[in-house]
Amino acid sequence: MSLDIDPNTPLLWALRDHMSLKGTKYGCGIAQCGACTVWVNGEATRSCVLPISAVANADITTIEGLSDHGDHPVQVAWDELDVPQCGYCQAGQIMTAASFLKKKPNPSKTEIVDGMSGNICRCGTYHRIQEAVKLASEIASKKKTKSTVKKSA
Amino acid sequence: MKSTRRSFIQKTALFSGAFCLGFDWFQANGKEVSMVQTTMESGRFNAFLAIDPSGKIILYSPNPEIGQGIKTAFPVVVAEELDVDWKDVEVRQANLDTQNFERQLTGGSGALKHSWERLRKAGATARKMFIQAASQTWNVDASTCKTSKGFVLGPKGQKASYGSLVAIASKLPVPTEVTYKNRKDYQIIGKRTKGVDNKNVVTGKPVFGLDIEKPGMVIAQIIRPPFGATLKSFDAADALKMPGIVDVVSFKNKVAIVGKSTWEVMKARATVSCKYDSGDFDSDSTHQKWFDEGMKTDKATVQRKDGDFAAALARSAKVVEATYECPFISHSPMEPMNFFADVRADGTVLLAGPTQVPQSAQKAVASLLKIDEKKVEVELSKMGGGFGRRLNNDFALDAAELSSIIKKPVKVMWTREDDMGGGIYRPAARYHFKAGLDASGNMIAFYLRGVGINAGNATRQDNFPVGAIENVLVESVNQVSAVTTGPWRAPITNFLGYAEQAFLDEVAEAGGKDPVQMRLDWLARAKSNPVGKITYEPDRFIEVIKQAAEKSNWKKKPGVHQGFSVYFSHLSYVAQVADAQIVDGKAKITHVTAVTDCGEVVNLSGAENQIKGAIIDGMGHALYAKLRFNDGVASPTNFNGYRLIKGNEIPTINAYFVDNGIEPTGLGEPALPPTGGSIANALYAATKKRLYKQPFEV
Ligand code: FES
Ligand code: FES
Repeated sequence: MSLDIDPNTPLLWALRDHMSLKGTKYGCGIAQCGACTVWVNGEATRSCVLPISAVANADITTIEGLSDHGDHPVQVAWDELDVPQCGYCQAGQIMTAASFLKKKPNPSKTEIVDGMSGNICRCGTYHRIQEAVKLASEIASKKKTKSTVKKSA
Repeated sequence: MKSTRRSFIQKTALFSGAFCLGFDWFQANGKEVSMVQTTMESGRFNAFLAIDPSGKIILYSPNPEIGQGIKTAFPVVVAEELDVDWKDVEVRQANLDTQNFERQLTGGSGALKHSWERLRKAGATARKMFIQAASQTWNVDASTCKTSKGFVLGPKGQKASYGSLVAIASKLPVPTEVTYKNRKDYQIIGKRTKGVDNKNVVTGKPVFGLDIEKPGMVIAQIIRPPFGATLKSFDAADALKMPGIVDVVSFKNKVAIVGKSTWEVMKARATVSCKYDSGDFDSDSTHQKWFDEGMKTDKATVQRKDGDFAAALARSAKVVEATYECPFISHSPMEPMNFFADVRADGTVLLAGPTQVPQSAQKAVASLLKIDEKKVEVELSKMGGGFGRRLNNDFALDAAELSSIIKKPVKVMWTREDDMGGGIYRPAARYHFKAGLDASGNMIAFYLRGVGINAGNATRQDNFPVGAIENVLVESVNQVSAVTTGPWRAPITNFLGYAEQAFLDEVAEAGGKDPVQMRLDWLARAKSNPVGKITYEPDRFIEVIKQAAEKSNWKKKPGVHQGFSVYFSHLSYVAQVADAQIVDGKAKITHVTAVTDCGEVVNLSGAENQIKGAIIDGMGHALYAKLRFNDGVASPTNFNGYRLIKGNEIPTINAYFVDNGIEPTGLGEPALPPTGGSIANALYAATKKRLYKQPFEV
């Protein structure tokens, strides 16, 4: 994918304005809220302060690309526990959670709270965000067990 | 409640095999409606319920969704009375349709209260028609038929889906009388129903205003003047030369930078310089001076007077006196303000975006452009929060005016700094209370003066314990400022609630009473022998208080310092007990128990979200939020200086609901007003320091 735009353009606006990927949200523009979180080479990153010149050969994953059918364990858990209120912060929350779970597949309650506390939710859905991260980790580990079983069978 | 057939429900012609009941969710009683039209080709539907032969049910939800869950709650009620399986229901957002909807707005926690009866009737009427259609087909008495999950069941085991009955049902006369389900038979109401937009949200679908994209659209940002200032000149020479910039224009003291993409507009904007006149614009010191003057003036407006306050105070054994203060704060919804407008050469206008009040946007834009309202079409988008900010259509007017100047479709985007710096803030207020207690510690005199800055009446003169106290005087003073203010989630009571409930804690302490028992005693008085008029129902108050005391183990938790508060607003009752504990030498709110009486809980999942969200909201703002003003300029203007509560700062919350089956009342706001008070009182219990000013942490 190549874009002919100012190399200083933050990744957030390149995604939203030039690639029509509107799932990544603008909330503050100064790396304070987490609404714009995407993955750069698999790492949760705030795209509002990241110029596209810095990600020239990087692998970018946005909420639209997290799963093919909206069935990533985090997405499933978010729906299951009815996390969203207005929903605006949730793409950033989900991208943060999914990346966090890659590193900590079986997190403790404290680890979840710490791992998720960089993202603001103005509607105050924090309890359910924390519960949904836990649920997602359980869904993911069940899936894994299943696929291991299949392979060995 | 009376409702005639014609004023309520109308049948429409069949189209593409679907059965459409246009039901007027918002029709006032007695008012006749014209035949509801459902014209597919224009793409605009009226309020309706449609069932196609496959049994799929489509419900259009008219009210703007802001995170309060109305788009889920309304259809739940219809689906319940229609008796269908929730998974067969598809919900769609209706656009502004003033012909067929009333009260198509979000505000005041009033939607369910307003529409409960209408929604039930819509569902029950259609259900009855399916029963009639089936009974005719089977040649049995309608009273021997039942329904279940979208099917009519006959006396001899016959079974027909609603979908298969569409053709017959749609030719029947609309019944005048219907019966509702018994609440013990509810399948959906009161259960947990997931948000109908969840799937779109978790997969990042472009459902918000900020995501709107229309052919030929340009992007704009607007530089707004300090509050009270006039734009003298601006220099945009450099900006105009920058890539992607289409135009820089000025209107009404503002300068708009118009371009092809957000980043190009932002970069160009940084090079524009504006000159304003100088003057004595608002600063924090101005506001303090106005508070002082407002407290002294003898020109306050008397809002309520029962008995003789001054005489009762004079004979009191003890007087308690305190002053509470709350600053201006910003709404800061996660999605900053934005709006799309296309003022076209043919005289029509398309507006699209997040607004809580689409009809007033339509009216305001029509009057600004001096055109007929019918020429202004409004598309609703999901709102990334609002908290009252999107009740003011300044963003829609800006977009329309700019589009009319540049003659292009334009989306005006506010940066976070624009949003926080150009707000319609919660007004600042100062409250002065006096209570006179008799020798046994009973309050015999109660006084409140509220001085607000652009707050109108900063008091709510009928609030409990008014009605239980013999001698009362409530006064207000409004100071006028150039700082724009407006409703903020639970207007006025979001800060008055804290001040009142914290002061009553002082009254209890001074009188040697338990804060819970003191309120119960007052309510017994208000119930048996009220003083003047009362606007609350004492029994409902009493119930939430008793349950909160019980469920929180009031004053029975060792090592835990508790604070109590209870509030009636938006027709709902919420009692709270906050628990504070000393953690690392610091008092911290660790738990909140909330008991709510909002009548029937329509969607338990959504209801819990509203209670917990409102408590976190109330707590976060009470602890941290404050805007300062200097020469007409607000600060801070972003989240690095303006602190919002985060996930590692929240208490655990238990939310309970009184199960009484009364008609549902509001839930978006009522849990917020008691929060500042319960946590202030708990923190006092832990530290013995009263908190007289928000934010508590500075
Ligand atoms: S928009 Fe990037 S962190 Fe807020
Ligand atoms: S759900 Fe509204 S900001 Fe998080």
